[in-house]
Amino acid sequence: MSAPKSEVVTLRINGRVVTVPEGTSVAAALGTGDALVSRADLSGRPRGPLCGMGVCFECRATVDGVPEVLTCLVPCREGQEVVTDA
Amino acid sequence: MREACDLVVVGAGPGGLAAACHAAEAGLSVLVLDPQSQPGGQVWRGEARKRENRLARRWLDRFAASGARFRPGARVVAAPEPGLLLVEEGTSSLAVRYGRAVLATGARERFLPFPGWTLPGVLGVSGLQVLVKDGLPVRGKRVVLAGTGPLLLAAAATLHRHGAEVLFIAEQAPAARHWGFALQLWRHPGKLLQGAALAASLVGIPTATDAWVVAAEGEARVERVRLSVRGHEETLPCDYLGAAYGLVPNLELAKLLGCEVASGAVVVDERLETRVKGVHAVGELLGIGGVDQALVTGELVGHVAAGKPVPTGLERSWRAVRTFADQLARHDAPREELRRLATPETLVCRCEDVPLQALDGCRDLREARLYARLGMGACQGRTCGAAAEVLFGWTGEDVRPPCLPARIGSLRLPSPPPHTRAS
Amino acid sequence: MSAVDCAIVGGGIVGAALADALSEAGMSVALVEARSIGTGTTACGMGHLVAMDDNAAELALTSWSVSLWRALAEGLPRAVEYDACGTLWLAADAEEMAAVDSKVSNYRAAGVRVEVLDAAALYEAEPALAPGLVGALRVPGDAVVYPPLAARTFALRAQARGARLMTGTPAQALRPGEVVLANGDVLAARHIVLAAGVASPSLCPGLPITPRKGHLLITRRGAPVVKHQLVELGYVKSAHGTEGASVAFNAQPRVTGQLLLGSSRQPGVGTREVEAAILERMLRRAADFLPGLDGMQALRAWTGLRPATPDGLPLLGPHPEQPWLWLACGHEGLGITTATGSARLVADQLLGRSSAIDARPYLPERFLGRTPRQVAHA
Ligand SMILES: Cc1cc2nc3c(=O)[nH]c(=O)nc-3n(C[C@H](O)[C@H](O)[C@H](O)COP(=O)(O)OP(=O)(O)OC[C@H]3O[C@@H](n4cnc5c(N)ncnc54)[C@H](O)[C@@H]3O)c2cc1C
Ligand SMILES: Cc1cc2nc3c(=O)[nH]c(=O)nc-3n(C[C@H](O)[C@H](O)[C@H](O)COP(=O)(O)OP(=O)(O)OC[C@H]3O[C@@H](n4cnc5c(N)ncnc54)[C@H](O)[C@@H]3O)c2cc1C
Ligand code: FES
Repeated sequence: MSAPKSEVVTLRINGRVVTVPEGTSVAAALGTGDALVSRADLSGRPRGPLCGMGVCFECRATVDGVPEVLTCLVPCREGQEVVTDA
Repeated sequence: MREACDLVVVGAGPGGLAAACHAAEAGLSVLVLDPQSQPGGQVWRGEARKRENRLARRWLDRFAASGARFRPGARVVAAPEPGLLLVEEGTSSLAVRYGRAVLATGARERFLPFPGWTLPGVLGVSGLQVLVKDGLPVRGKRVVLAGTGPLLLAAAATLHRHGAEVLFIAEQAPAARHWGFALQLWRHPGKLLQGAALAASLVGIPTATDAWVVAAEGEARVERVRLSVRGHEETLPCDYLGAAYGLVPNLELAKLLGCEVASGAVVVDERLETRVKGVHAVGELLGIGGVDQALVTGELVGHVAAGKPVPTGLERSWRAVRTFADQLARHDAPREELRRLATPETLVCRCEDVPLQALDGCRDLREARLYARLGMGACQGRTCGAAAEVLFGWTGEDVRPPCLPARIGSLRLPSPPPHTRAS
Repeated sequence: MSAVDCAIVGGGIVGAALADALSEAGMSVALVEARSIGTGTTACGMGHLVAMDDNAAELALTSWSVSLWRALAEGLPRAVEYDACGTLWLAADAEEMAAVDSKVSNYRAAGVRVEVLDAAALYEAEPALAPGLVGALRVPGDAVVYPPLAARTFALRAQARGARLMTGTPAQALRPGEVVLANGDVLAARHIVLAAGVASPSLCPGLPITPRKGHLLITRRGAPVVKHQLVELGYVKSAHGTEGASVAFNAQPRVTGQLLLGSSRQPGVGTREVEAAILERMLRRAADFLPGLDGMQALRAWTGLRPATPDGLPLLGPHPEQPWLWLACGHEGLGITTATGSARLVADQLLGRSSAIDARPYLPERFLGRTPRQVAHA
């Protein structure tokens, strides 16, 4: 089965240009890099999304300048700037 | 911003949608709030766009035509007085006045700590499935799934369909319990999970009962998992691990509203009204029961809200669904070994980074909170609370506002403020 | 089981500090706590260690207590979060700035170091504050702790010296020489100290202690917003109103990067739920001082019940009509601060030692004597 014939959106994650199918969540887009990482824990070790549904708060990152956004609840949009702290 | 409605529905999964459809079709003004960007909840996530699942399509189309209004990205954060919810939507805040409320907040996965469970690439079972539905690229990635019950197979089917190489499915339940349950499954026609079970077995993914994750290992991300498979240890290199042990209802909002909760479920009468007048609960809040229960109870409440008589068929179906749900609960009960996987250094609270050893000497959740900061962080114990219940038998605390971290501005009352008791 | 020298009923910060002081002096001690150490009002308080000068007795006890805390600080585990951040008393207008002058002389007379900041110095110190403030009084010796762990630390220190921690069962009755527990057990003790905070009257009817409810709200971890504990000088006016609910701006930096916001006072209210209307007033007041407040992330709000006495001073000493019963309760909104001094005063009296400050203003006989003395300004 093929992915729905979708448009794509282009955003930047930590400066890296990423193109994903429309409808992709920001948390999912984080997984286009080397590792699925969203934040750092209190000792600076990397963390990534866990629950995918707005419960665990692990997926938080800065989206378009707004800090602590739960990226699993936010769809990617054209021109979005995503910054993770890890 | 402000909104007013006859009926507010919190949660746009099958239960919430069914309730909203019936009420809106009867002419009520209905407002549906959900933190996601589209209706569908967890099971029908992404269906509004993809339109692959027939049942989902039917309900989503009906919902779109029902006249109910949907507010995406809406998180209820406080309930300062009867008939008023404070909601946060992205960077703005919303006050919702309502006559009647339906809580359809669904369930989350139960995570149990094991060494390495905080590594990037280790997710929940449904957590990984959801991210894949949301576009996480997994083509050619090696995935191990560990957990319990039909959700495990549903996740495997999704991952397989998206091109992942699912190396192994570890089902924690003992073989006898598992196969007994699987037999029951076929007696409940219409279970969405049958298809999934079938799909997973058809594509030949190795599956074992009496199997679970012992540890995830890797430097900056998961690189391999150690599994216990029927008493033997096996190591599998992988890119993603999905690990979770069944579901627990999202009771926070119900508790915040003052609804009575007993044995992990909201207490309701035959109209599914909670102990708080005008507040109803549907779906997983009544005890984990899946999409069938959500639809049946949602329709039932929709009739009640619309002032229509409840068809007897609905009440009968609900009883049947509960029987299935009770079997599921017995099947999914985490086995003893899973309580002992964490080492002293393993973090139990992932928000405040509280290791198991910091809980030495704590006798209950309140001591663990106050002495060791367990559950004091961003998720307010949503993850570690359910784990602590399994690990130590500690049961939940009262919910304090906000029920989700929120901007202080979102907690401000719409003016004019109601009269204070003290003044 | 043999009698202990002293049974302390109530394991809040006051009872725990007393157990520490008595065990240090060599007494055998049992600390009886209904639930868990430090989880009553102590777990609800801001943990501001503050020298307060509403009256001479209050200033004497608080300033001495703050200095006792300072002496302890070094030996406290890091998790107790002792932070010598100091206090800034904020003046919103000329009238409040004038009040600073009298505070300066009060504090200096009591040996408390203070500095007056003009508007420029204030905004340099705390740039997040709203414009329009005229200045502030800085009390650099004040500090902040995390109260539940401070209490637990005191209790564990006592335990290490042999004290018995008896948690999980409430005391049901106090009798000469014995404490009767709710499970029927009887604890024999030569002395009994009642330190049950707001619950004290239930074990000793007639005590003039009533709840005074307070609300607090804490933010999520983040970059620190303020550096000092900030208190509006208007607090002095609102804190001592005895009628109705009042709110005042009170903001505290936690070492976690969180901001702890207070506070409200509702005399006579003994329920625990968070009241939206009071919280709203408190947040509105706080937003007057911190314009960025509405954008900060609230994590949790809760309430606590201060054990209030008619004159705002604690009851420390023997019960005048039941000399076998000692009181260490009624610390209102200052019990975290004054736990150290209170423990010393009661210990000194029990041991027949002299004290560093005059113990008379806090004696229970001011309310409970058969011939009650005239109370200063009740
Ligand atoms: C300095 C300091 C820092 C803190 N930092 C954090 C932090 O970073 N994160 C965090 O999450 N918390 C923090 N807390 C708050 C802490 O978690 C508790 O909320 C606080 O100790 C108050 O307890 P509680 O009333 O919430 O406890 P609970 O255990 O919920 O309540 C205590 C008692 O009140 C009763 N009660 C509870 N809820 C209600 C209600 N709604 N109505 C009536 N009665 C009720 C209960 O039955 C119980 O007997 C901090 C506290 C302090 C003092
Ligand atoms: C919102 C708020 C903010 C505050 N901020 C500050 C501040 O910044 N600085 C400051 O100095 N103070 C502050 N306070 C005041 C301070 O918290 C209290 O004065 C102090 O905690 C009182 O301590 P306690 O030990 O007397 O009482 P508690 O901590 O209540 O201890 C009494 C103990 O007795 C136990 N008990 C009750 N009945 C029985 C029984 N029958 N048998 C056995 N045990 C029993 C209880 O379980 C409890 O643990 C604040 C208070 C509030 C509510
Ligand atoms: S992944 Fe858990 S909140 Fe987003």
